[in-house]
Amino acid sequence: MKKYDSFAAIRRDLASGAVTCHALVTYYLQQIEEKKHLNVFLSVYAEEALQKAQAIDEKLKAGTAGKLAGMVIGLKDVLCYENHPLQCASKILDQFVSQFSATVVQRLLDEDAIIIGRQNCDEFAMGSSNENSAFGATLNEVDNTHVPGGSSGASAVAVQADLCLISIGSDTGGSVRQPASFCGVVGLKPTYSRLSRYGLVAYASSFDCIGIVGKSVADIAQVLEITAGKDDFDSTVSQKEVPPYTTALQPLKPARIAYLKEGLDEKNIQQEVREQLEAKIDFLKSEGHVVEEATLPLLDYILPTYYILTTAEASSNLSRYDGIRYGYRTKEVDDLESLYKKTRTEGFGKEVKRRIMLGTFVLSASYYDAYYTKAQKMRRLIKEATDQLFEQYDFILLPTTPTTAFKRDAFKDDPIQMYLADLFTVQANVTGVPAMSIPTGEDAQGLPIGVQLMANAFEEEKLLAFGHYLMEKYVPASV
Amino acid sequence: MHLQEITQASDFEKALPQLSWQTIQEAIASAREDYETVVGLEVHAQLKTASKAFASEETTYGQMPNTNISVVTLAHPGVLPRVNKKVFNYALRLGLACESEITRENVFARKNYFYPDLPKGYQITQDKTPICVGGKVYIQPKGATEEKAIRLVRIHLEEDAGKSMHIEGERDSFIDLNRAGVPLIEIVSEPDIRQVEEAYAYLTEIRKLVRYLDICDGNMEEGSLRCDVNVSIRKKGVETFGTRVEVKNLNSFSNVKRAMVFEFERQLYYALRGWTFIQETRTFDAPAGKTYALRSKESMNDYRYFPEPDLTPVIVDEHWIAQVQEKMPPLPRELYLKFTKEYSLSPYDAEVLTAEKETALYFEEVCQFTKNYKAAANWVSVNVKGYLNELMLTIDDFPIVPEKIAALINLIDAGKINHNIASKKVYPALLATPNKTALQIVQEENLLLEDNTEELQTLIQTTLAQFPDKVAAYRGGKKGLQGMFMGEIMKKTKGKADAKLVSKMLQEALNQSE
Repeated sequence: MKKYDSFAAIRRDLASGAVTCHALVTYYLQQIEEKKHLNVFLSVYAEEALQKAQAIDEKLKAGTAGKLAGMVIGLKDVLCYENHPLQCASKILDQFVSQFSATVVQRLLDEDAIIIGRQNCDEFAMGSSNENSAFGATLNEVDNTHVPGGSSGASAVAVQADLCLISIGSDTGGSVRQPASFCGVVGLKPTYSRLSRYGLVAYASSFDCIGIVGKSVADIAQVLEITAGKDDFDSTVSQKEVPPYTTALQPLKPARIAYLKEGLDEKNIQQEVREQLEAKIDFLKSEGHVVEEATLPLLDYILPTYYILTTAEASSNLSRYDGIRYGYRTKEVDDLESLYKKTRTEGFGKEVKRRIMLGTFVLSASYYDAYYTKAQKMRRLIKEATDQLFEQYDFILLPTTPTTAFKRDAFKDDPIQMYLADLFTVQANVTGVPAMSIPTGEDAQGLPIGVQLMANAFEEEKLLAFGHYLMEKYVPASV
Repeated sequence: MHLQEITQASDFEKALPQLSWQTIQEAIASAREDYETVVGLEVHAQLKTASKAFASEETTYGQMPNTNISVVTLAHPGVLPRVNKKVFNYALRLGLACESEITRENVFARKNYFYPDLPKGYQITQDKTPICVGGKVYIQPKGATEEKAIRLVRIHLEEDAGKSMHIEGERDSFIDLNRAGVPLIEIVSEPDIRQVEEAYAYLTEIRKLVRYLDICDGNMEEGSLRCDVNVSIRKKGVETFGTRVEVKNLNSFSNVKRAMVFEFERQLYYALRGWTFIQETRTFDAPAGKTYALRSKESMNDYRYFPEPDLTPVIVDEHWIAQVQEKMPPLPRELYLKFTKEYSLSPYDAEVLTAEKETALYFEEVCQFTKNYKAAANWVSVNVKGYLNELMLTIDDFPIVPEKIAALINLIDAGKINHNIASKKVYPALLATPNKTALQIVQEENLLLEDNTEELQTLIQTTLAQFPDKVAAYRGGKKGLQGMFMGEIMKKTKGKADAKLVSKMLQEALNQSE
């Protein structure tokens, strides 16, 4: 079976009869089996996927198949899929089965996409290494001693290792873009509210976005076009029309691009990452684009703002996991308070508990103004500064991450250091703008490097077109 | 030590061991006169929308436990709330009725606490932007001659929790989540209430209002109306407030009264002895008639309010307000004022007629067809209500249209029938055959008053001729015999004669023929 790098190629071969959905699913199932050691899938829906493939093959013959017939998709374990297990890689949702499908998942199914399984991640999407999982860490295929990033680590590895064509992940602070960068694949975080959050398990509601991981920008554009748009089940989702992203992949030329001085000056940035970005800047200039240095003095405040506000929301969002109605419940307790305490102590992992406590603290009456209120003000300032940049520029160019994939257990005892991995990605979540990581070469160890493009809110059309152009046109400089 | 020497609480405290029971009683009795209760009420009213505040399942009371529960109510992972806009219409009605200021940008907030009947671990409520700010509720307590305005702090929207049932002897508690997510408004008053009667009148008025506005059943037994009281006491004439306690779990008007009285006595005793106490939440134990401390302010939950990120702010614009305003039903106080001022009814009659909206509207309708408002009031509050009460019906089931009641009154006023005939004969006939008019019945049954004076004259003369000795006795001074003559004549007319007329003519006949 030949390895497919784009959905267009799959559709061509489906049309010519060179491949069938059944053969595709069989291939991916074999891949999953062979690469089990990467610990990507928590559940594989083998039988169901094969049956569905057969049915869709029939539909293809009859000419009644949906737009995504032939697309095999994996779901991060934070997305609801009716009558399928959902655990957020946490013990606290032990044995939980979702009773409904996320709007995004339903829209994929309606167009005949095949869901092949449920992917590992950091517990409740909290983490940057995919090590915070009740089901063990997921490994980076390029080098198994390195992490794949997180929290949608397994979703990126699934595409990297060809276990499915597309993964649907979530991006609250870079959780799709950072692992995409670490694994050498494309990761998109759309504008906040572009996609319905109904059926996406909440981590930090005002930041959470469903994100898409794929091999090509065109595939991602296709998935976005089908899943985006208004939804009666999410009152915060945008009512804006969804433009035809797939047919609009023509780049705007010449573009005005800003790269952030603070980004390049950052002392923790890996030399090769910096070089890749510089090479990209040179390339863009040579192509006739306007590329200028801009400043964002508030960069240092983005991470603290992000961690205060997301943990605050998380502490509330995760209150529902109390052992009363579903999921894990501790044994042998005699009173309500110990039921809560023991259930949550035993059910949640260390990082989740850390963030719940941090969030509870910043919302507590005595510290509310010092932390929560201040962070909200800072969020507004960062948004204003970002808006100002987009008044002058079409895109902001940044490294996706300061370094390539780090070693497993590298930050075991220093979570703050790990938080720095999100330094460049959180801006898009704090401000809500869309951002995409695209692969741009490797470091000396052969670990992938990603570059990040950010556009103004609801300018996915521009962003995808330009990302597509960058990937097609740009030949990575050898480092 | 004598009572007169006790000028300060500390003196009382020092003297207490030596005081006789009687002296203590006297001290308390005299302090009772010096102090007043200061009360603010927090009323929760369950809105009678068809579906929940942030989910689509129905809200019907009395269903089997845990049947009105969707994944949203159960707080399954991945669900999101959706605002039922109707709850705003309901809150707006009350806000407009109370002349509150309406908040344009409504941000929902989360109130975080753990309890098994609160599935999400937080309640969606309004914190910094209550839908209604300020406003007034006018009350007229029993015996008071003037209205008093109780000021409101705010009215805000929120969702209800489920119900927990703790059965004695059982290790586990039971939870019914049907109620979880049912919309509520919380009406918070300023501490303007001083007396038990005022609290009672305020609650009655709130219940009347929500029922008139058709936004809540106002049923305390089913819990659709709930009340917490904030009570403190202070010396009369003092401006500042004392330490207050909040009393919860008051599920009837009388419990509200009892709790107020108990707290007044308890706090008075503390004040007398010079004891201080802390701001705390107490619960009312109805069988014992006492309040008990639940938790003090220091140990109170830190609810960690913050804006609900799953809901966008709801904007209430002029257009929306105008739409609600347009459909406002008449309000009880408006009708009360109209009935007393325009219709000159007694406060008592107006009170009885406005107690329920349906009755008041029925009466209003009757008054469209007759100007004899007093008679209309009597007919509605005595005859109509009497019928309904006896058969346990509501006015919606009442067979006679208001216009026909008015026609009946007009027949009496025109002297066509008397009240006796109207209530004993025509009214029952109308009830039995409501499609007929009063006049039809009167004609068919031949009930028209005998106003043919000639005929009456003859009848009177024959009757007098029948009892010559009695006539002589009357003329001899036994004036009481007139009643006997009246009875005889009325019997002969089969009650159809206008009694007043007969009486007049009879008197003339008796006096003239002398």
